[in-house]
Amino acid sequence: MEENSMAEVFNDIKKPENLVYSKSKVLTDNVMHYCPGCSHGVVHRILAEVIEELGVQDKTIGVAPVGCSVLMYNYIDIDWQEAAHGRAPAVGTAINRLWPEKIVFTYQGDGDLAAIGTAETIHACNRGENMIMLFINNGIYGMTGGQMAPTTLKGMKSSTCPFGREPAQDGNPLKITELLAQLPGTSLVTRQAVHTPAAVRKTKKALLKAFENQKQKKGTSVIEVVSTCNSGWKMTPVESNKWMAENMFPFYPLGDFKDE
Amino acid sequence: MSELRLMKGNEAIAEAAIRCGADGYFGYPITPQSEVMETLMTLRPWETTGMVVLQAESEVASINMLYGGAGSGKRVMTSSSSPGISLMQEGLSYMAGAELPCLVANVVRGGPGLGTIQPSQSDYFQSVKGGGHGDYKLIVLAPASVQEMADFVELGFDLAFKYRNPAMILSDGMIGQMMEKVELSPQKERWTNEEIEKMHPWATTGKRPDRERNIITSVELDSEAHETFNNKLQAKYREIEENEVRYELTDVEDADYLIVAYGSSARISAAAIEILREKGIKAGLLRPITLYPFPSKKIKELSGGLKGVLSVEMSSGQMVEDVRLAVEGKVKVEHFGRYGGVVHSPEEVANALEQKLNGGK
Ligand SMILES: Cc1ncc(C[n+]2csc(CCOP(=O)(O)OP(=O)(O)O)c2C)c(N)n1
Ligand code: SF4
Ligand SMILES: [Mg+2]
Repeated sequence: MEENSMAEVFNDIKKPENLVYSKSKVLTDNVMHYCPGCSHGVVHRILAEVIEELGVQDKTIGVAPVGCSVLMYNYIDIDWQEAAHGRAPAVGTAINRLWPEKIVFTYQGDGDLAAIGTAETIHACNRGENMIMLFINNGIYGMTGGQMAPTTLKGMKSSTCPFGREPAQDGNPLKITELLAQLPGTSLVTRQAVHTPAAVRKTKKALLKAFENQKQKKGTSVIEVVSTCNSGWKMTPVESNKWMAENMFPFYPLGDFKDE
Repeated sequence: MSELRLMKGNEAIAEAAIRCGADGYFGYPITPQSEVMETLMTLRPWETTGMVVLQAESEVASINMLYGGAGSGKRVMTSSSSPGISLMQEGLSYMAGAELPCLVANVVRGGPGLGTIQPSQSDYFQSVKGGGHGDYKLIVLAPASVQEMADFVELGFDLAFKYRNPAMILSDGMIGQMMEKVELSPQKERWTNEEIEKMHPWATTGKRPDRERNIITSVELDSEAHETFNNKLQAKYREIEENEVRYELTDVEDADYLIVAYGSSARISAAAIEILREKGIKAGLLRPITLYPFPSKKIKELSGGLKGVLSVEMSSGQMVEDVRLAVEGKVKVEHFGRYGGVVHSPEEVANALEQKLNGGK
């Protein structure tokens, strides 16, 4: 009898009028390869939600990077191009110029966007290419096993700065988003995170704005998401979120740099 | 209407690109080919045919712009010269791996390094053997005149799309800079977006509800599956080798000696053959028009009746290796060429043939 009533409750929950949340139809059913606790999965989810809510699945073209999100075309049900490491902004530039009525976004890690692809990043933003650049800053090279990234903090350990980043030896962490905000081609430049429900909602709002800007041909929208890489950082997901808030946010403060 | 004009090889590339209905050109300046983009920027085709022209921040960027454009089904091209083409190798490898069509014109200058801005043919290996990482080939066309600079733009696009593979025009500073009469073909319409979606169902044109999402990628982490993909690529290259070999023969019927030469060297060698024939030495010329696929079969076929073969190229000897492979040891093959930006004269070529193959005098 108890079981019966449980089944009733479940059936009730499943009624469309009682649903409070369901997975976006733009997300595929493929099992994500990300480590548990990784920020990539959360950002994929809200990206898919934004594409669904705006009804732009048939006109959005994503450009995936080389990094942990290299296979993200398995998860979001739109047309995709997988670019070489760092070259997504150049790839996106051409799609945007040749198909101006489409919506184009790049999705890039810190190594991809702020090290090997710095030139492509800066020049796409400086030209004001009408596209969105989603920048997942986890301060490390996740995919290759935890090496130092351009955004690795001073003193932060990685496999190529095992005793902590020393500026004299390793150079300084790069605040590329602040730099991109200086360029006339960018219209929206913001830094967000996805470690709490409130932060997720804010990031999604920024994404909606960026898609809206693209429709209005406002130029480049840059959304940095300060992210965790618990595997690379060698912490549990919970520890990672705490460490990020305590160490990453002071150096990479959240908020809008530009909203024109 | 077609039109007769006197122009540089580089300008002919630009004119031909617009006229054949290309969708986009992305490039970065470098001597001796900067006239290509300069001509395009002066002609402003975005106001007429709608062709996009963009000066990129580097050759790394321009080749990746081609990736994006080609991946969305558009006819896109770039041009550069040797150092710039070296920077494009990563992108070309990715395009071959993602099976993307595009056209790249290399107006070769002497290397290695920054080298010289004078003509050379020392990028043969890089062009026909792959160039970047992995097992792949470019379709390589070698123009020997300004007319062919123009004609090979459309031919290059056609072959690139037929096989979904990057194609290259391999010319040199001489063909790029010299002026000749050229017949430009009439203006063709660019493909409409609807035509692109129909002709290239693989292109990222936006996922419609009635089809699966399109993914342009070169990554395959399962090695068995990746071998299968590589087999498919190799089968495509065998098909190209079967169907697309192009060459031109001059005076080979009664020849004792064969010169194999492409591009500028072929023109110089044609004059050398006249000098040799005046001296009673029967020489002929095979000019490969496609360097990949290479006319190996024809060279082998001709080699039976020959006393010697001379590969003439403005390099220290690159194509000569393929000529030797083609003749399978049946006949002596020698190389001659000035290099580092020096262009050989017909007399030098004629002398070299006499010295190296005809007992010398
Ligand atoms: C030309 C080139 N150099 C190096 C690599 C190796 N590589 C792959 S991913 C990566 C770094 C990825 O880090 P990031 O962009 O921060 O992405 P994450 O994995 O952290 O999301 C590197 C160095 C490569 N694929 N290509
Ligand atoms: S290695 Fe880091 S970035 Fe990559 S999936 Fe794991 S947690 Fe995410
Ligand atoms: Mg990273």
